[in-house]
Amino acid sequence: MTDTFQLDGATVPFEEGQTVLQAALAAGQYIPHLCYHPEFKPHGSCKLCTIKVNGRTAASCTMPAGAGLNVESDTEELNVLRSTLVQMLFAEGNHFCPSCEKSGNCMLQALGYDLEVHTAGFRHMYPDRPVDASHPDILLDFNRCILCELCVRASSEVDGKNVFALSGRGITKHLIVNAESGLLKDTDIALTDKAMQVCPVGVILKKGVGFSVPIGERRYDKSPISAQALQDAPRGPEASGNCDACEDAP
Amino acid sequence: MTEKKKLRIATTSLAGCFGCHMSFLDIDERLFPLLELVEFDRSPLTDIKHCGPCDIGLVEGGICNAENVHVLREFRKNCKILIAIGACAINGGLPAQRNHLDLRSCLTEVYLTEPGLAHGHIPNDPELPLPLDKVHPLHEVVKIDYFIPGCPPSGDAIWKFLTDLIAGKTPELGFGLIEYD
Amino acid sequence: MPTEVGLSTACLDPILGRHGHDASNLLQILRELQDCIGYLPADAITYLADKLAIPRVRIESVASFYSFLNLQPRGEYRVLFSDNITDRMLGSAELMQQMCQQLWAEPGKVSEDGLVSINTTSCTGMCDQGPALLVNGRAITRLTHQRVQEIGQLIRNHTQLDEWPADFFRVEDNIRRSDLMLDNRLAPGEVLRAALALGADKIVEAIKQSALRGRGGAGFPTGLKWESCRNAKGSEHYVVCNADEGEPGTFKDRVLLTRQADLVFDGMTLCALAVGAKQGFLYLRGEYQYLLEPLETVLQRRRDANLLGTNILGQPSFDFDIKIHLGAGAYICGEESALIESLEGKRGVPRNRPPFPVTHGYMQQPTAVDNVETFCQSVLALHMGAEKYRAIGTEKSAGSKLISVSGDCPLPGIYEYPFGVSVREMLQNCGAVNTRAVQVSGPSGVCVAESEFDRKLGFEDLPTAGAFMVFDDSRDMFEVARNFVHFFAHESCGFCTPCRVGTSMLKQTMDKVAAGHGTQYDLREIENLDRVLQTGSHCGLGHTACNPVLHTLKHFRPAYESRLKSLDFEPAFDLDGALARARQMTGRDDAGAHLKPEGA
Repeated sequence: MTDTFQLDGATVPFEEGQTVLQAALAAGQYIPHLCYHPEFKPHGSCKLCTIKVNGRTAASCTMPAGAGLNVESDTEELNVLRSTLVQMLFAEGNHFCPSCEKSGNCMLQALGYDLEVHTAGFRHMYPDRPVDASHPDILLDFNRCILCELCVRASSEVDGKNVFALSGRGITKHLIVNAESGLLKDTDIALTDKAMQVCPVGVILKKGVGFSVPIGERRYDKSPISAQALQDAPRGPEASGNCDACEDAP
Repeated sequence: MTEKKKLRIATTSLAGCFGCHMSFLDIDERLFPLLELVEFDRSPLTDIKHCGPCDIGLVEGGICNAENVHVLREFRKNCKILIAIGACAINGGLPAQRNHLDLRSCLTEVYLTEPGLAHGHIPNDPELPLPLDKVHPLHEVVKIDYFIPGCPPSGDAIWKFLTDLIAGKTPELGFGLIEYD
Repeated sequence: MPTEVGLSTACLDPILGRHGHDASNLLQILRELQDCIGYLPADAITYLADKLAIPRVRIESVASFYSFLNLQPRGEYRVLFSDNITDRMLGSAELMQQMCQQLWAEPGKVSEDGLVSINTTSCTGMCDQGPALLVNGRAITRLTHQRVQEIGQLIRNHTQLDEWPADFFRVEDNIRRSDLMLDNRLAPGEVLRAALALGADKIVEAIKQSALRGRGGAGFPTGLKWESCRNAKGSEHYVVCNADEGEPGTFKDRVLLTRQADLVFDGMTLCALAVGAKQGFLYLRGEYQYLLEPLETVLQRRRDANLLGTNILGQPSFDFDIKIHLGAGAYICGEESALIESLEGKRGVPRNRPPFPVTHGYMQQPTAVDNVETFCQSVLALHMGAEKYRAIGTEKSAGSKLISVSGDCPLPGIYEYPFGVSVREMLQNCGAVNTRAVQVSGPSGVCVAESEFDRKLGFEDLPTAGAFMVFDDSRDMFEVARNFVHFFAHESCGFCTPCRVGTSMLKQTMDKVAAGHGTQYDLREIENLDRVLQTGSHCGLGHTACNPVLHTLKHFRPAYESRLKSLDFEPAFDLDGALARARQMTGRDDAGAHLKPEGA
């Protein structure tokens, strides 16, 4: 017999070791999420997937599923929280969608669409984050980094390379690369690395292939992220990163 | 039965490219039913120079100079509902890309040191509005009531937003109409 | 520079040797490297990465997390002024300005001659004898204009710190009221000897019966924690003493570690006996580096007396020792799981819980983490017996509590009270008059106004980690809250979105109000940010970061409103000021070259 918990009134079965988010997605119940990726251990930093369990808030990606839990997710209060978090991420970085080649394939943007976010609202921080174009094949545009650590996790857990890490703390936290020069060209990153595929926004980009998919045919032009996250739960690697662009590359 | 009073709308473009206005015209033949419901005050469509009391103001573009501030304040003072339309109005957009540069070096490069400039000087005619240190989205300078995202928002998005508003509904764009690019 | 590589290597090799080339000691290694060179040069990090066989990016990531570690060259003398509100009330801002002028330095930057860098740091725990500062990690108290003048001279003359007047570094205990803990005359190991006869199960039972609760603020039942840790399966069990006393306004652990170090270590050893640990750690906040040497001496004395080491007090296979781990300027490491991360040589980011440290703590093994004071109380509770111990304090708060009193009162210092004492009684004892408010338990605690002075300290009413900052009626409570908001923004670890961005936005909004640009709109934004921080944050720092604002808004709303513009909305910046650069560049000053405030 499988154990179950309640999510917004629906009964969700789960297996030992699954978190609330994992079990929910597998059962066809969508909970918005951003820094979670099915291939990596969840760490719960973006807080988009916040739920209420027996009245207390928790990140559903790290919250172990438990028999009989009463989970609320699709509520006014939590959706307002999620919208505000998306707004905070937009205000924190420099997200100028019209000039970003990840536009249309970007999870942050797609979540904004789904949550009907019309503006960042807050005062924009306009941080100075120079791009790293030192590598012949790869561009790093830190302006768009949302500090989800997926590239950090992919590089260390899958590629065994540790190309990326986060530096600093608080609002000055930022992505760095594994080189004394601080430049990507002096790391051992390769185009075939998992770390190249997991960026949910437009930070890690293959050079020379931008804007290869016409507007209207990009991933999140076709259907909302809420629908797609369920279609491919657990989400496969092709669903993330700028691989839409990669696939179309000659 | 008296005819329902038409809503008065003003529009303007500040530090923008008029792309949002062009997109507004993309509502095409729906302009006619719209004109049954609204009349235009200050707008590039009417050439009225100053904004009078209005129900709705639509402002495209961000705030990059002193004149932008004056116009925006005029809109805020006269419009019951003020809407920021397009990326530049909402987050500074393309003009805000200069926010990472010092204004001094911008002006120096453009007017003094750029190759090909002889005896260049920084324009100081009082007719010209002075640039602000940084480009700001509208909501950082006055209170903004609604935002229509997009670069530009599609004609359909603008139509949906305005018709919702005119019908007294909280505007919602929904999938396919809400876009940031 | 090749000479630097040589210098780094010369420094690093012995440090690495001392730490067994063990990457879990990374933070200690980096601290010592910096003590040697003054900062952490890029080539030294590369060398270190090679020797420890870990990626250099990980070292950089760790080093950049701690505010006392510098990846860029700093001055030969690194001066950090304690920036708690109590330091400010004693004039620290003016003193820092004075020193900057005297030494031709700009705050946050290295002086051109490389001699000095001057900046602020979070509360250094010297609130009863402030204003205070740290120079190259060493605490200086009781700053005055004259003392700052003298310090400036010593720095200018390149006088070695060892040759500075000893009085500068004198730290007073200022014990104003003592009770069972500070009055105890137990010999080192006395209670431990009795405990050995009891055995682990009975110790846990006795602590449970005593109703002892953790003194770090949250008040978790200590006996239950020890029992869970004891019962948890693991290859090793660990005991950790949390002496990362970072909550601004708190300095009681400093006094306990100065006056009652044996009691602390007795408690840790008792806990080790109860949970079956062989290794203990004392996580000492970096600001208390000056305590390291005396504490090491006490530890050595205890080893010599067979109170630590193998077969303690002759008990076969009761082996336990304690290692002191020094922090490096990160408030968040006071959170137990962040502290454990830091102990393991990582960034001090709080872990996801569950699992809790009692089952998966240090190196994923069962770990009992307790506050310095909790360990002391555990010894007393065991010694006195549950019944007598529970007779002290209140029904749900047994025993006594150390309170660090600072701010507007003639008698700041340490007060030991049985739980249940009222705010009013404490104010009377410290001689405070015309008190407007008391911040109980630091910025993350509660701001108590006059109407609530009959509230009592204890888990039933006013739980506290020990800070008690007094503000009289000359104080501006808005500025108090703003200081605390800056503190949280500075100390946010940046892991989760709500806290990383929210604390920073809260700081911006408070600064906007302070600059006279605030409106009702901003007060609503504060409430909005508070909801996000409370519901979304990863740990207690984010949950409580809005408290100072919410509490002062509740009790002292006019302090905010008097600063607000009557308008519904105002920009956060000075519009006319934003034209200044363009005016300068064009030489214009006509009416059109200015922007008046709206309505003017």
